[in-house]
Amino acid sequence: MEFDFAAEQPKFLMLMYGLIAFVAVVGGLLLLLDVVPSWFARRREAQLVAASVGGGVALPRRRKQREGAFAFFFLLPTLLLLAIGLVVPAIRTTLLSFMDSSSTNWVGLQNYEWMFSEDSIVRVLINTLIWVILVPLVATGFGLIYAVLVDKARFEAVAKSLIFLPMAISFVGASIIWRFVYAYRGEGDQIGLLNQIVVSLGGEPKQWLLESPLNTFLLIVIMVWIQAGFAMVVLSAAIKAIPADIVEAARLDGVSPWQMFWQITMPSIRPALVVVVVTLSIATLKVFDIVRTATNGNYDTNVIATEMYNQAFRYQENGQGSALAVFLFVLVIPIVIYQIRNLRKQREG
Amino acid sequence: MTTATPTVGVGAQATEPVTRAGRVRKRLNSRTATLVSIVIAVLWTIPTFGLFISSLRPENEIKTTGWWTFFSNPQVTLENYQEVLFSTGSSGQLASYFINSLAITIPSVLFPLAFASLAAYALAWMNFKGRDWVYIGIFALQIVPLQMALVPLLRFFSTGVTVAGVQILPAWDLVDEQKFAQVWFAHTCFALPFAVFLLHNFISQLPGDLMEAARVDGATHPKIFRTIVLPLITPALAAFGIFQFLWVWNDLLVALIFAGGGNETAPLTVRLAELAGTRGNEWQRLTAGAFVSIVVPLIVFLSLQRFFVRGLLAGSVKG
Repeated sequence: MEFDFAAEQPKFLMLMYGLIAFVAVVGGLLLLLDVVPSWFARRREAQLVAASVGGGVALPRRRKQREGAFAFFFLLPTLLLLAIGLVVPAIRTTLLSFMDSSSTNWVGLQNYEWMFSEDSIVRVLINTLIWVILVPLVATGFGLIYAVLVDKARFEAVAKSLIFLPMAISFVGASIIWRFVYAYRGEGDQIGLLNQIVVSLGGEPKQWLLESPLNTFLLIVIMVWIQAGFAMVVLSAAIKAIPADIVEAARLDGVSPWQMFWQITMPSIRPALVVVVVTLSIATLKVFDIVRTATNGNYDTNVIATEMYNQAFRYQENGQGSALAVFLFVLVIPIVIYQIRNLRKQREG
Repeated sequence: MTTATPTVGVGAQATEPVTRAGRVRKRLNSRTATLVSIVIAVLWTIPTFGLFISSLRPENEIKTTGWWTFFSNPQVTLENYQEVLFSTGSSGQLASYFINSLAITIPSVLFPLAFASLAAYALAWMNFKGRDWVYIGIFALQIVPLQMALVPLLRFFSTGVTVAGVQILPAWDLVDEQKFAQVWFAHTCFALPFAVFLLHNFISQLPGDLMEAARVDGATHPKIFRTIVLPLITPALAAFGIFQFLWVWNDLLVALIFAGGGNETAPLTVRLAELAGTRGNEWQRLTAGAFVSIVVPLIVFLSLQRFFVRGLLAGSVKG
């Protein structure tokens, strides 16, 4: 039971190096941009003075040029990091997906054929599809209903905070919370809430996470539990932004709450609704932590992101892992195109 | 991709219904709505609450009876926390991982914040050729899943860059706690597109007169950036900072790949996932451990919720 604090010191030292590097890079950049141009400016001033004394030549067009140089340095860290960390790797991953596991020989489309023919991978693709359909639908639906409900309620802020709270919890933490809800004991009292409810209703306790296909849906519950708060907050803000006079006019016309919802609320919050669905779809496509923590992808619960991790980093199958990553990217594209079209329509409308 | 103007927390239209019947109906309505929404909110919190109660119960109790029996037989102990935080070996040592989480998170928030605000300022207020294209390019990178970058980026760290047999950049060859640098690097890269997008939204809406006046007074761009722009965009910086903090603190995938698994570098999430895998029924450790990992983001979130919500409402797709 001894915790050795001294052993932790190198970490703090490393953290300090990191912070020093931060100050040096950012401060250095700003200083450089501050000092160098003012030196130039002083020289130019001197030139100008000389020029005006000498009989006034036209002002040189140097301002725009200098602005370009400035912009280059402002953008340099971002562009450099994006190139090293995202652009080049993404291109390389695409190339790797056409190569074998050790990335030495070209194999054409073999990795993609493997993806669609291997039974376990087809299962992975189906699971991902179930996730992507259910999570945005249920989370947005719940978020919308709750946003409408809470709009009229008292203690609104508290209620919203409680729904929103899971957003702060890590997926790993949330998975442990829910594993505890699903926990199973063979004999004696149950310690998991779900089995306790089942037993008190006269049922038999079950090992919920081992039962395919039910377990996939139970994992989806975790994701919905986390993301519903996000949907609720965005939609609630959209509902509050509906102009009061529209609502008032409808009310004076004697519109029922039901009609009010479908004819006033829904059309007004459509853009927000699209944003929520798109964001949730993309987040769901990439879901990794929940599946890994709750079942580690066993018992038919695997999804693309976990399988990609397994292939590339556990089995060293770089080609197959890369193919899965590329497929994930391909799946995101239609969602984004839909979003862009929507935005454009909105701007025109 | 911005949604409607954020007005969270502001009481909605308080228009009085005209008739007396209408007033009564509205009050009833709001009473049911209040009741239902509170019931749902409580249900939503029960799983977390159960975990918290369990983490305070003795090991034997957790493993044999449900946490709801706590209320008829309350026994409180801090032993679980003691064990999971400070005992060495395979059972916990979470204090060590907690420090790792901190050491990973702080620079991973600061770097993208600084780089992205510089870039966003340049993209919003400087004139140069191809400005719009650069912005669209960075904006579009938001949709690239980070899975696309993992394998090559790991190779970049472990073997360096070789073009046509010539070593251009050496391998990083980091050991133990030095691997933090890899994680900082990866998180910074992955955060930049969203950060630039969010901050650009904000910076580009600053009044142009202000910039023009400063320029006429002879202020250079770095000066304008430091003295005018930075103070004005603090809310946006806070929004992104919180967003990124929660993202990095709660991240599992990036840490798993770039930090390694040992107690020299791995953050809490990695350790917890490991405990859940190998000791899935040791609930006294899992409950306490999960709570240790939750508590910091919870505090950050609850105290700064306003900024976070604003960030969400201005935001969109996170890469």
